[in-house]
Amino acid sequence: MEFIGEKLLQVVIALAIFSAVIGLIMLLVDRAPKSVKDKVTVVGFLAPAAILMLVGLVYPAARTSMLAFTDASGNGNGLDNFVWMFTQPEALTTLRNTVIWTVLVPLLSTSFGLAYAVFIDKARGEKVLKSLVFMPMAISFVGAGIIWKLVYDYRGPGIEQTGVLNFFRDALGMDPKQFLLDAPENTIFLIIVMVWIQTGFAMVILSAAIKGVPVELIEAARLDGANAWQQFRNVTVPGIRGALVVVLTTITIATLKVFDIVRTMTAGNYDTSVVANEMYTQAFRAGEPGRGAALALVLFLMVLPIVVYNARVLRKQREIH
Amino acid sequence: MTATPAPKEASKATRQRPGSDPTEDAQPIMRRVKTKLTSKWATAAAIIIAVVWSVPTFGLFVTSFRPAAKQVGPRSNGWWNAFVDWDFTFKNYVDVLTPAGSQSANLSQYFVNSIAIVIPVTIFVLVLASMAAYVFAWGKFKGRDALFIFVFALQIIPLQMALIPLLQFFTQTLQLPAGSYAQLWIAHTMFGLPLGIFLLHNFISEIPGEVIEAARVDGAGHSTIFWRIILPLSVPALASLAIFQFLWVWNDLLVALVFSGGTADVAPITQRLAEISGTRGARDYLNPAAAFVSIIIPLLVFFGLQRYFVRGLLSGGLKG
Repeated sequence: MEFIGEKLLQVVIALAIFSAVIGLIMLLVDRAPKSVKDKVTVVGFLAPAAILMLVGLVYPAARTSMLAFTDASGNGNGLDNFVWMFTQPEALTTLRNTVIWTVLVPLLSTSFGLAYAVFIDKARGEKVLKSLVFMPMAISFVGAGIIWKLVYDYRGPGIEQTGVLNFFRDALGMDPKQFLLDAPENTIFLIIVMVWIQTGFAMVILSAAIKGVPVELIEAARLDGANAWQQFRNVTVPGIRGALVVVLTTITIATLKVFDIVRTMTAGNYDTSVVANEMYTQAFRAGEPGRGAALALVLFLMVLPIVVYNARVLRKQREIH
Repeated sequence: MTATPAPKEASKATRQRPGSDPTEDAQPIMRRVKTKLTSKWATAAAIIIAVVWSVPTFGLFVTSFRPAAKQVGPRSNGWWNAFVDWDFTFKNYVDVLTPAGSQSANLSQYFVNSIAIVIPVTIFVLVLASMAAYVFAWGKFKGRDALFIFVFALQIIPLQMALIPLLQFFTQTLQLPAGSYAQLWIAHTMFGLPLGIFLLHNFISEIPGEVIEAARVDGAGHSTIFWRIILPLSVPALASLAIFQFLWVWNDLLVALVFSGGTADVAPITQRLAEISGTRGARDYLNPAAAFVSIIIPLLVFFGLQRYFVRGLLSGGLKG
C-alpha cells in the first residue's frame, strides 16, 4: 500500500502550489494602490480562469479548425477532409447515426422524464421512486456500458440465455438476437442506454418545475371540468416551458458529444460509430488528425445553433435585470 | 408564467355555472372516479418505469457476487437464477482489488488514482470559477456582459476539439512529463470552468447588493468580501457544483484516455474498467465486480448529497 503515500504527496504538493498562487493574487489585490484597486481586482480574479480557458478551449478550438484543412502529414489539402466525410459510406453512416442519436435521445428522455415526473408527483414514496430513475446519472458511461452488455448478452440458440432480453425472447419462443451486432437497429439499442441515463436528469428538473406551477391554476382548470390530460396540456406544459427548453438543450448537447457509450459497447464497429467516437478513432488510432479535426469542427457547427439560441435567451434575461 | 388558455376558460365556466344546477351534484363524483382511474394507470406506468430503470443496475449488482463458473462457460446461466441456486461469493471483489500478477485488474491502484485526480480538480474549479463569477456579477468593467456570454458559449466546444492541440501544448510547450497527474488536473480544470462560472454566477449575482455595500463601507477589500461574505453565502451553489464536478471527472473516460498515459501510476478507474471490459477473455467474470467498485463512490456521493445536486441545477437557467 506504499503507493498511496506517494500519490497523496503529489496531491498535497499540487494543492500547496495552488494555494500559494491564489494567496499571491489576494495579496496583490489588497496591496494595490487605491486608484487602480478595482482594475487590479478584476484582472486578478479573472486572469487564472481566463488564461486556462484561453489555453484549454479557445486556442485549441482555433487550432483544430485549421487542422481540419490539412492531411495526415500536416500539409494543407483544402476541403479534402470534408469531401471524405460526406462521400465515404462509413463516414456517412457516422453522420447518419449522430443525427438519429440527436433526434431520439432528447425526445425520448424528456418524454419519459416528464411522464414519470407527472405520474409520481405527490405520490407516496416519491423520493424513493425518484432516486431509482435518477440513479443512472451517477454511473459512468463505462459502467453503464458494462451494465447494458449484461442486459443485451447473447448466447447461441438452444443454449440457456444469460441476458435479460434474450431470456424473454426465449420464453416467447423467439430466436435469440445479437442486439449489438445487427445493424442498423443496434444503434437504437445503444441509444436506449443513453436514454436510460438522461431520463433521470430530465425527470428531476421537470419535477421541480412542475411543483413550481401555481396550484390555483391547476385547480381552476379542474373546476372547469378539464380532464387530467387537458390540465397537463393547457396548464402544466406552458408553465414549465422554460425548464423544458433547458432540459432539451442540455441533453442535446450531451448527446452530440456522446463518446464513452459507443467506445465501450461496440467501439464504433458494426455501423454504430458517431461523430465524437469517429473523431477519436481518426485522430488517435488511424493517424489522421486532419480528418479527426474536420469531424470535431462539424460537431461544433451542429451545436452552434443551440448556443446562439441560449446566448440570446441569456442576453434577454440580463437586459431585464 | 404563460398559462394562456386556462384563465379564459375559467371565466367562461364561472359564467355558465349558475345555469347548470342539476349536474352540480353528479359532476364531483364523476370527476373523482375519473381522476382515480387515471392515477391508477399513472401509478402502474410509474412502477413499470421504475422497475425497467432499476433492473439493469440490480442485475449487475447480483452478477458481481456470482461465482465465475455461473457467469461464463458451459454451466453459466442468467443472474436471476442466483436466487434459486443461492450461490454467492466475495471472491470477485477480492480478485479485482488485490494485485496478483500482470493480468490482475489491480483496481485499488486505479481507485486511488481516481481520488487523486478528482479532489484537486474539484477544488481548483470551485475556487477559480467562484473568483471569476464574483467579478462577472459585481465587478464593473467594459464589455462585462459580452465576455460573460462568451464564457457561457465556451461550454459548447466539444472536448474532442481541444484534445489534440492541448496535448501538444502540454508535452511540447510546457514540457509536462507524459503520464502525470498534472496534465489531467489542468485539463479537467480547463474544461470544468465555463459551466462552473455560469452556475456560480447565477447564484452569486443574486446575493443582495446591500450586504456587499455594507462590508465595503466598513472598509473591507475585495478579497475580504470574497472570502468572508460571498463564499459562505454561496455554499449551496458551491456544494452542487462540487458534486457535479466530482461526478463528471470521476466518470470521465475521454480526457483520461488522452492525457493519462494509461499506467497504474496515473490512469483513473474508468480507464482501467474500459480496458478490462474491452478485452474478452477468461477473466470476463470480473467485469461486474470491477464495474461496481467504480460506481460505488459516485453512488454514495450522489445519494448523500442529492438535495444539493438538484438545488444547484435549478439555480441555473430555470427562471427564464
